[in-house]
Amino acid sequence: MKDKIRKEKEKEKGRWISLYFLGLVIILYLFIFCFNFENAYNSLKASGDILVKLIPVLFLVVFLMGLLNYFLKPKAISKYLGKGSGARGWIVAVLAGIISHGPIYAWYPLLKELRKQGMRQGLAAVFLYNRAIKIPLLPVMIYYFGAAFVVILLAFTVIASLIEGKIIEMLEN
Amino acid sequence: MNNLKHIDDKKQKNLMTSFYKSFKSFGASLPVLIGVVLLLGLFRVNVSPQLISSIFKGDFFRDVIIGSIFGSISAGNPITSYIIGAELLKEGVSLFAVTAFLVAWVTVGIIQLPAEAAILGKQFALKRNLISFVLAILVSLATVTVLMMIK
Repeated sequence: MKDKIRKEKEKEKGRWISLYFLGLVIILYLFIFCFNFENAYNSLKASGDILVKLIPVLFLVVFLMGLLNYFLKPKAISKYLGKGSGARGWIVAVLAGIISHGPIYAWYPLLKELRKQGMRQGLAAVFLYNRAIKIPLLPVMIYYFGAAFVVILLAFTVIASLIEGKIIEMLEN
Repeated sequence: MNNLKHIDDKKQKNLMTSFYKSFKSFGASLPVLIGVVLLLGLFRVNVSPQLISSIFKGDFFRDVIIGSIFGSISAGNPITSYIIGAELLKEGVSLFAVTAFLVAWVTVGIIQLPAEAAILGKQFALKRNLISFVLAILVSLATVTVLMMIK
């Protein structure tokens, strides 16, 4: 019971922090609007462009979250991504990070949901790190930097992600 | 038959609650996401590639660290980082610094740090970004060293 009240309180706190953050950004915009109307206007327009591109990804994320809620029970999550998941957990996190689309911040809510259901912290970090590898962008990267560079960089990125996950788990204990 | 229908109804209800739950928990994250998008807009208009490339001076270690710092602050589509990275190489900035910049661009996010902290926890977000910052430098050193060895 106590735990539940504490969780509710934390939730409430989180809600206020996110509203404060949005409020601060809006105040910043109002400030710039007063001094440099064009700059603020262009920034707002650029934000609009970003948002338009973001919306399909957000829909995808909400959809995936709904499906996960429905099909994956906490038991399954703890099997694949929880404490006893072992090597399989690390591999799933690496692959999921590589496959996932869109900007990193669109995925925070989904990770929160998974964590609530028992995913290991280190695996969340591994997932986020591997989002550095985006398969559709690889041709562009090869065009600019060459295939050898890209292959080596990708290998070290996966290794670094595992190191990061391990460090986060060690710090947690 | 009736029994089957009952199970079907229950399933459907479960599916609806699952989507409702996901929608609700997503809605709670929405203010932060909108805040981040607004900051990114400001960033896109006010920070040009020229501004970024004017910061590198040619000192090896200093440039690698600056590369990682700039990659951490900047955010947006990774293709932008490739274009800036290629520009930097043309202007004589070392591949070490450019690689650190590219890696930090996608693994460290100062602009989205408030969002990450609000949704995934302050401790986790700080630790993750700090470790990723150091790793960006190490990954760049490892990658370019191996590349030089094969070539």
